[in-house]
Amino acid sequence: MTADSAPRDVWVLVDHVDGQAVRKITYELLGKARALADAAGGRVVAVALGAGIGGLAADLGVHGADRVMLADAPVLERYTTDAYAAVLAPLLEEARPLLLLIGSSAWGRDLAPRIAARTGAGIVTDCSAVEVEDGRLVATRPVMTRKAIARVAFARDGQRIAVVLPNVMPPAPAVPGRTAETLAVPVSVDPAAVRTRVVEIRPLTRATVPLTEADIIVAGGRGLKGPEHFALLEGLAAALGAAVGSSRPPVDSGWVPHDYEIGQTGKTVNPQLYIACGISGAPQHQAGMSGARWIVAINRDPQAPIFQIASYGLVGDLFQIVPLLTEEVRRLKAARQE
Amino acid sequence: MHVVVCVKHVPDTEAPIRIRGDGHGVEESGLNFVMNYYDEHAVEEGLRIKERGGGTVTVVTAGPPRAVEALRAALAMGADQAIHIQDSGLEALDHLGIARVLAAAIAPLPHDLVLCGKLATDDNASIVGPALAEYLGRPQATAVTALELGDGRATAHREVEGAVEVLEVTLPAVVTVERNINEPRYPSLPGIMKAKRTPVATKTLADLGLAPGGPGGPHHIELLGLTPPPRRQAGRVIPGEPEAAVRELVRLLREEAKVL
Ligand SMILES: Cc1cc2nc3c(=O)[nH]c(=O)nc-3n(C[C@H](O)[C@H](O)[C@H](O)COP(=O)(O)OP(=O)(O)OC[C@H]3O[C@@H](n4cnc5c(N)ncnc54)[C@H](O)[C@@H]3O)c2cc1C
Ligand SMILES: Nc1ncnc2c1ncn2[C@@H]1O[C@H](COP(=O)(O)O)[C@@H](O)[C@H]1O
Repeated sequence: MTADSAPRDVWVLVDHVDGQAVRKITYELLGKARALADAAGGRVVAVALGAGIGGLAADLGVHGADRVMLADAPVLERYTTDAYAAVLAPLLEEARPLLLLIGSSAWGRDLAPRIAARTGAGIVTDCSAVEVEDGRLVATRPVMTRKAIARVAFARDGQRIAVVLPNVMPPAPAVPGRTAETLAVPVSVDPAAVRTRVVEIRPLTRATVPLTEADIIVAGGRGLKGPEHFALLEGLAAALGAAVGSSRPPVDSGWVPHDYEIGQTGKTVNPQLYIACGISGAPQHQAGMSGARWIVAINRDPQAPIFQIASYGLVGDLFQIVPLLTEEVRRLKAARQE
Repeated sequence: MHVVVCVKHVPDTEAPIRIRGDGHGVEESGLNFVMNYYDEHAVEEGLRIKERGGGTVTVVTAGPPRAVEALRAALAMGADQAIHIQDSGLEALDHLGIARVLAAAIAPLPHDLVLCGKLATDDNASIVGPALAEYLGRPQATAVTALELGDGRATAHREVEGAVEVLEVTLPAVVTVERNINEPRYPSLPGIMKAKRTPVATKTLADLGLAPGGPGGPHHIELLGLTPPPRRQAGRVIPGEPEAAVRELVRLLREEAKVL
C-alpha cells in the first residue's frame, strides 16, 4: 500500500468523558480501524490522552483495539491544543501509522489540523467514508453545502489523518473478554509551554443525548412559532428517546441555543430517523441533515422543499399532528413493555 | 491592537452549482461568489476590536483575480488595508499549502491577533486556521463564540460537546470564529467609495519568498473528483385525516423503516 512495504497500524484517537467512559464516536472509529488494519495486515492502536484514564483500556480492548497507548498525566486533564499536540505529534512521527482516525468533535477539529501541519500529514476532514481503493486510501466527504460529494485520495506516503463525522460508521462490536496490550506513553509537557488555559467548562443542560450521536432527531423550525412550543418536540423526543434540534430561525430568534442548529452553519447529523416539524427544507438546512437514513416531514405547505427529500410526509398542522404522533409512539412503546 | 483577518472568496451558498466536466471543480461562469460567510464575522470582530481600542485591520486573501472582491467587501466594511496573494501556483495547493502561503504573508506584518472563519463554506475544511497558527508558531482558539481582549491575553468562549468552554489564550494568537460571535455590519456608502480608492497590495509566491511551485513539498492529498450527491427519492405523502395518517406513519416507521 505504501512505499515502505511493512504492514502498518491504524490509529484511533480516543474520545472519552473524563476517563470515565468512551464516547460513541470512538467505537465507530475502532470499527473502521479494524477493517483497514485487517486489510493492511497491521494492528488497531487506540491512543488516549487525559488524566486518570487507565480504566478505559479494558473497554477499548473489548471493542477491537490490539494495543492501547495511554498518555496519562495531570497536564492532559483538560484538552489544550499545545499539550495534546506536544504529546501526539512525536508519537505519530515515530510510529508512522498507516492512518490516524480522529472523530469530528470540537477538540478533534481543533487538534487534527494542528497535528497535520506539524507533521506534514495529509488531512481530510468531514469524512463520511474511508476505504482502500487500488491500494490507496480514499476518503469521501460532502462539500459545497452538500451539493457535491468529493472523493479525496491520500498521498501514497507520508502521514495521514482522517477526521470522521460522527454517526456515519457502524460501531465496532463488543467482544467480551477480548484484551489489548497496554502501553504507557511518557508525558513530558512543560505546563508553562501551554499557551491556553481552560478557565471553566460550563455544562449546557440537555436532557437528551447529543445531537451528533442521536439515532433519532426531532427538529423544529420557524413553523413552531415560539420558544414555548419546543415543549411539544421535547415530548415527542422523550417518547422516542430522541434528541431535539432546530433549523436556523429558532436559533436566530433566541428560542433555542445555538447548539440546536442543524445545517450548514450548524451541525451535520446522520441519524437513522429525522423528523422535521415546521421546517421548509432550505438547501442550507438540508446540508446538515440530508444524510439521515429516513426523513419524516410534517409541514402544512405541500409545496415545501422538505417533501422532495422526505421518506414520509404528513401535510398538515404540526400543532395537531405532533401531539397525536407522541401519543401513538407512547402507545406503541407501552404495548411493547407488556 | 493589530488584527489580520483571512478571508476567502467562495461560491454563494444560495446558488446551485454545476460540477465541471472533469469533475475537478465547479463551473465558475455565472456562479456568484461572495466573501466566505464566517469571514464576514471575522472581519466584523476585527473592526470591533479596532473601534474599542484602536489599531489596524488588515485583510488577506489567497486566490484568483476575482478574489479581490472579498477584499473590497472587507474594506467597505471598514478594514484599513488589503493584501491579495495571487499566483498560478496557488491552484495546486491543498489547505496546508494555503496556510503556509498565508503564514508567509502574515509573519512579517505586525499582528497581535489573526482571525479566520471557523470554516470555508465551499469545501468545509476547517483546516487553514489551526494550520496557520502552527506555521506562525502561535497558539489558537477555534470556533469561538465570544472574544474578550485583555493585556497580552484574550478570553475566548467555545462551544464544545455539551458545554461552553472558557479559554484563556496568550497573544498573539490565531482565533477562528463561529457565526454567533457577532452580527456583521453592512458596508456603508462612504465605506464602499473608500474601498474603491484603497489600493490592494498584490503579492506573488516569489514576493513572499516561496518557490514558484508553492511551498511545502509533495502533495498530501489529491481530489479524485466531485459527484452530485445521491439523489434522495421523494417518498410518499401519507394521505388521510391526521389521526389515521399518524397511525399509518407509525406503522411504516415500525414495519418498513424499522426505526421504532
Ligand atoms: C449562509 C447561510 C447559512 C445558513 N445556514 C443554515 C443552517 O445551518 N441551518 C438552517 O436551518 N438554515 C440555515 N440558513 C437559513 C436557510 O436558508 C433557511 O432560511 C432556513 O433553513 C429556514 O428555516 P425554517 O425552515 O425553519 O423556516 P421557513 O423557511 O420559514 O419554514 C417554515 C415552515 O414551517 C411551515 N409551517 C408553518 N406553520 C406550520 C404549522 N402550524 N404546521 C406545520 N407547518 C408549518 C411552513 O409551511 C414553512 O414550510 C442559512 C442561510 C444562509 C444564507
Ligand atoms: N484562500 C484563502 N485565503 C485567505 N483565507 C483563507 C483561505 N482559505 C481559507 N482561509 C481562512 O481559513 C478559514 C477556514 O478555511 P478552511 O480551512 O478552508 O475551511 C476561512 O474562514 C478563512 O478565514
